[in-house]
Amino acid sequence: MSQFVYLYRESRTPTPKELESRMASTLAWFRELEQNGHLAVYGHPLNRTDGRVVKKGDVLDGPYAETKDIVIGFSVIEAKDLDEAARLADSCPLVAAGCLIEVRPVLVL
Amino acid sequence: MEANVSFYRSESARLVAALTRIFGVENLSLAEDVAQDTLAKAFEVWSYGGVPEHYSALLMVAAKNRVLDAFRRERTASKWAPELQHMIESEWTLRPAVEELFLPAALKDDELRMMFSCCHPQLAEEVQVALILNLLCGFGAEEIARINLASTPAMQKRISRGKRSLGESRRLFELTADDFAARLGAVHRALYLLFSEGYHSACEESVIRVELCREALRLIRQLVDHAPAATSATYALAALICFGTARLPGRMNELGELLVLADQDRSRWDAQLISEGLALLDRSASGSELSEYHLEATIAGLHTSARRAEDTHWAEIVELYDLYLRLRPSPVVALNRAMALAELEGPVKGLEAIAAISEVERLRDYPFYAAARGELELRCGQRAVARDHLQAALGLARNSAERRFLRRRISECGD
Repeated sequence: MSQFVYLYRESRTPTPKELESRMASTLAWFRELEQNGHLAVYGHPLNRTDGRVVKKGDVLDGPYAETKDIVIGFSVIEAKDLDEAARLADSCPLVAAGCLIEVRPVLVL
Repeated sequence: MEANVSFYRSESARLVAALTRIFGVENLSLAEDVAQDTLAKAFEVWSYGGVPEHYSALLMVAAKNRVLDAFRRERTASKWAPELQHMIESEWTLRPAVEELFLPAALKDDELRMMFSCCHPQLAEEVQVALILNLLCGFGAEEIARINLASTPAMQKRISRGKRSLGESRRLFELTADDFAARLGAVHRALYLLFSEGYHSACEESVIRVELCREALRLIRQLVDHAPAATSATYALAALICFGTARLPGRMNELGELLVLADQDRSRWDAQLISEGLALLDRSASGSELSEYHLEATIAGLHTSARRAEDTHWAEIVELYDLYLRLRPSPVVALNRAMALAELEGPVKGLEAIAAISEVERLRDYPFYAAARGELELRCGQRAVARDHLQAALGLARNSAERRFLRRRISECGD
């Protein structure tokens, strides 16, 4: 098993009502991952409006986004390989709600 | 926490009501923003960690911290009422003052206060109901527009105007005011309209209709629990709403088809709500007041207590409709009476009663008028006449469930 990071990205701001309806299904998805031994770290949601981008010689207001899809949270997953990690991400309710999940293998020697 | 329990509506009501009281009604939009923000953040955080058991209290604590932030950030702004301004000027007085504003005794009546404030006599009934739906039930302008078959911009305007009026009144309604009784009547009317929207709605979506009835139920229960508001009429209206909500699961079958009362599977009715309704109906019987709510609730109670359609006490129901017509004549009530009479004395008598309705022109665009005539003609064996009436009803139908129902009845008429 290897580790992969999920970076959840979204380009719009959901309403509280939408967030509530995602909450139950997201919790269920997390629990299933946990039960099947795929969840290394639940992670955290990230503040969508405040942040800083620190570069050499400059500090900008964040969040940083090349496109409008800012990172809204992260988790760390255990999976056999990148394909499995991507497959597991596909079942995340956030994807159905229009978010992207960037799946990155953790670098090991 | 169960996957299907939604608390967004009730928690947003609690937060908006409390924050409006705290910030002042002229700062209503700030109250709404803080409430929405608090809920949004909570839902996102709890998506990762699970919903805590005491979510309601935790939401209020989060709101309190944001109130402190708001006061600190805008200490010198002149947006606050003078008493508030004085309190927040120094950090020493700010914290204890805010703590006091969030005490349970203070929070307790906030939603009622908001409900009564929304029912301002200067606002049209439809505006009062729209405000209640928006501020106390968490419905957005788009949802409310859908329910009313109106356009979203029109509804947004209606709601903004209502909120502007609320802001201009500068104070929320005080529950100890002299005109409490009069305002209570307006609140009854608004909750009755809210419940009717849910129960009789022309709106397509049955999910929204169930939510409307449940919200009406939640709000009327608050009146029942507040002694000065727990009048005989409140009990009667509460009973009516309980009975209606109890019967909702039976109105459609698994295929999404509308069913007449006689064909409904009564085992799907909510027995607990029926019991609650009967207890409330009982309490409404004390005193000499007899309102439309009493009559409608008693009629609904008679329907709901009949274990099978055949056990319905139609004679009593007809008598109650007679009383209702004496209290407040209305062609719709007369139509309902005629249908009950048809059950008691046969379809010919029912048709005669319909023909005798005064001001019957007011029913011209009411689909149930044509549908009722069609049903009774069908029972008399007059298939061709029945088909004509049902076709007319089909033309007036308001959503696809009603249309499908009428088409099925039309096919019963044969060629």
